[in-house]
Amino acid sequence: MGSVRINDVEVDVDPKSNIIQAAQQAGVEIPYYCWHHDLSVVASCRMCLVEVGEKKPDGTVSMFPKLVPACQTPAKPGTVVITDSDKVKKSREQTLEYLLLNHPLDCSICDQAGECYLQDYTYKFGRAHSRLNEPKVQRLDKYHIGDQIALFTDRCVMCTRCVRFTREISGTSELHVVNRGSVEEIDVFPGHECNNKLAGNVVDLCPVGALCSKDFLYKKRVWWLKSANSVCTGCSTGCSIEVDQNEDKIFRLRPRENPQAQGSFMCDEGRFGWKYVNSEDRLLAPRKGKLGTATPSPATEEKPKSDLDFSDPWPNILNDVNQAIAEAARHDAHKFVAIFSPFMTCEEAYLLASHLKSINSHIRLVLGPVPVVGADDCYPKGPKGESPAPDKVKFTIRAEKCPNRLGVSAILKHFQGEVIEWSTVQSELAAKHLQSALFVGGYPQPVLSNADVQNLSELRLLIVQDILRSKLTDNANFVLASASFAEREGTVVNHAGLAQRCHAAVRPPAEARADGRILMELAGRRGLFHADSLLQEIGAVIPAFAALKEATMGELGVKALS
Amino acid sequence: MSEAFEPILLRRVGKPNNTSIDTYMADGGYNGLKKALAMQPDEVTQTVIKSNLRGRGGAGFHTGSKWMFLPKGYTGPIYLCINGDESEPGTFNNRVIIEEDPHQVLEGIVIAGYATRATTAYFYLRYEYGRCYRTLQKAIDEMYAKNFLGKNILGSGYSLDIHLHRGACAYICGEETGLIESLEGKRAWPRIKPPFPAIEGAFRRPTIVNNVETLACVTNILDRGPEWFQTIGVPKDPNNPRDAGSYGSKLYCISGHVNKPGLVELPLGITARQLIDQHAGGVWKDRKAKAVVPGGISMGFLSADELDTPLDFNGPGRAGCLGLGTAAVIVIDDHTSMVDVLYNTCRFFAHESCGQCTPCREGTAWSAKILHRIRQGEGTMEDLQKLDDISKTIGTIPGTTICGLADGAAWPIKNALQKFRPEFEEFIRSGRKSEMREVVLAH
Repeated sequence: MGSVRINDVEVDVDPKSNIIQAAQQAGVEIPYYCWHHDLSVVASCRMCLVEVGEKKPDGTVSMFPKLVPACQTPAKPGTVVITDSDKVKKSREQTLEYLLLNHPLDCSICDQAGECYLQDYTYKFGRAHSRLNEPKVQRLDKYHIGDQIALFTDRCVMCTRCVRFTREISGTSELHVVNRGSVEEIDVFPGHECNNKLAGNVVDLCPVGALCSKDFLYKKRVWWLKSANSVCTGCSTGCSIEVDQNEDKIFRLRPRENPQAQGSFMCDEGRFGWKYVNSEDRLLAPRKGKLGTATPSPATEEKPKSDLDFSDPWPNILNDVNQAIAEAARHDAHKFVAIFSPFMTCEEAYLLASHLKSINSHIRLVLGPVPVVGADDCYPKGPKGESPAPDKVKFTIRAEKCPNRLGVSAILKHFQGEVIEWSTVQSELAAKHLQSALFVGGYPQPVLSNADVQNLSELRLLIVQDILRSKLTDNANFVLASASFAEREGTVVNHAGLAQRCHAAVRPPAEARADGRILMELAGRRGLFHADSLLQEIGAVIPAFAALKEATMGELGVKALS
Repeated sequence: MSEAFEPILLRRVGKPNNTSIDTYMADGGYNGLKKALAMQPDEVTQTVIKSNLRGRGGAGFHTGSKWMFLPKGYTGPIYLCINGDESEPGTFNNRVIIEEDPHQVLEGIVIAGYATRATTAYFYLRYEYGRCYRTLQKAIDEMYAKNFLGKNILGSGYSLDIHLHRGACAYICGEETGLIESLEGKRAWPRIKPPFPAIEGAFRRPTIVNNVETLACVTNILDRGPEWFQTIGVPKDPNNPRDAGSYGSKLYCISGHVNKPGLVELPLGITARQLIDQHAGGVWKDRKAKAVVPGGISMGFLSADELDTPLDFNGPGRAGCLGLGTAAVIVIDDHTSMVDVLYNTCRFFAHESCGQCTPCREGTAWSAKILHRIRQGEGTMEDLQKLDDISKTIGTIPGTTICGLADGAAWPIKNALQKFRPEFEEFIRSGRKSEMREVVLAH
């Protein structure tokens, strides 16, 4: 660590960091466009120019005559930086005027407005008026740049972050610069659109509204969006994300920087993989009794619910579920299995496991099917699309398409000493050895084969806690409509044992409930579901999670399992 | 002095069969190389340092000092790049030496390669120089045949290969890191420094980039000795310890409104007036010079009062120009409108700006647009203020760009507004349109 002076603030910084980072540490903002901590330094936007000097051993300070790009200059011990002199202000003002010369200033119809660096910096550091009297350079918009990306060419400030991303992180090199001078543009080669699995990140990287996500385009002004920190459940990488919502409707997911989890980016599978949350097939209320059977039991006859009927369907159903479980366990607990989804949070798995084991310790807890698709997909890709060497990997899309296999397994292991795999139960089901099952789903895509569904449907008792209607829920004796990842609070553990907290961004639809709340009530626990206190309990009870007992989770998570 | 000056670099120009290796050797060629190979590489470098040779490419950096920047004790490959991307408007000296005396340059390359322990030399030649390319290729083949190139050159144990590389017509490739990027097959966007090319250059290896004329000088320095070289040109100013002097002869390219445009070789330090009157037959049509570009358009303008400025490494700078540059002297007569001249200049830089740094990319294009409007008779006095602001904010002097192109774009504007402001004001006030043929604005 070395001491660096930024204006009047002395800070101790890592000598490897640059002046922008040192200034951030000192609470001083240095504006920049082209620099990004995960990309190479090009120092071409010239927005971050500052006055830099050196403190001599005798205490005097000698300033360099030229302005220096802060992104390119290491914050060596003894560096003196001035960011608020007239010289610096004038340079920023002039650079912004240059950047805005050919910028269309169509903020009123631009998706980026509200989170645009050009807008923000112009307000903070720029001039009110452009002195350009000539026509602006006209450029055509390029909707063809990618399946998910549109390029509004005239808004571009040529920071080339997107180009460097496709070269350095995804390794696919689709984007590049064409032409020269003030008419240069970002483009793709014909027939080679930017459709790699990380392409959506260029939209986040774009500091202005040039690269826009077609999925989000013109859907919502960003200032109406409220974000919740969450974790992507698309694969076991467990990317930290932000869920942007307005009035209980999700509009987009964005990566949240977390060096412990994935870094600064996320894949498109995760980014656009939330659509099932708003699916037509969502289960909207709990239900007792199978659908489509000739004689529904009298208790569950489906009377059309009156508009004025505000009665809560949950207490009765949960009561019945508890009775049904108790009865099944009394009958033959060995033939009762509870199938835990790897989409459950640790808190949920803990609540359910402890509840079932308290009813009857012979009830078997099973880890549900773990969806695996292909092999781990590592980036940056080589020129021929080959995977990088293990030490060169910058981003991995994992084959295991669920967020919390490790966490759920650890809990199951605690309660019964071993993790029973789904395949064991599958064969027992096929051999008709089982009588009752509680199946927790939450999978975005169906994971059960038709035979599995058939076998489960034939059980004497089938309780399903799930989010999407399926043949399984139709044939269940009890259906507990639960919540998707964006609607619940809880902790998931990624492939590397990093425990991260999801926060509820939106409310579950209609009468559906967050799993934690369902299970609290099912277990007859008092009070509301509170992830923090449950986590402390888990930490105290389960030695494997001891790290969670004391630690404050924070937004970046803590290493829980090794 | 200049009357009696015997050309050195140009001494074989126009001689019969002057591109052949046999003619060259009969004229004492490759003696310099032989002398160099008899020395240690460091001694060769010391000889060049002693001669005080300064780079002829434009910046006037000490050639020997540049070679010394290579990392000491480095055992990997070192590359030598020869900058033949001669694109500064008005400059054609490299072309003449390459076409007329290729072996003089190639000998310098081998000497420089030996001194820097370079393993490979890349000759970056601008694409338009087709005849140079053919001449050089033939000369290189001859050298391989005579073992002046290839493995174990003349039994010295030193090996060098030359690759002749043609550019793709971009001004920015003359910037040394732009040249390296282009050589690597990338877009010629100059690199940020540090690291300088001597530490990490072409293909991420230590690289020395030298101009064609510089290497021709190296040949002669090795042949005749550094003391001889110091007898030519302007010696160091004893009162100014920072003055490095301007030794040797220089190829002056004279073009524009003179009776006899062409290339002359003269000792550094000749004045612009002497050059025009004694070597270019005076300004044409009995007119007077209004402005003179001292060394390629990016160096700015000398006004008629400043024609006695010596064209050495320091002279043009004292007259407010950027420097000597490539010593391409362009004479502009008094019938020419400086508005047109400046417009054409700005148009050139707007076209050639690589587009990497914001100030240069936008500033050069904006200045061309403003001047275009002024030429249409629609200028205002505010436009001059804008031009002034542009010229003060795009160059590296305030630190706003990666390479020197923006400086070169800013200097003509700066000089024109400083030295010819009344003409601009009169033109704007009159509201008349430029009489010159309309040149299409690139952007």
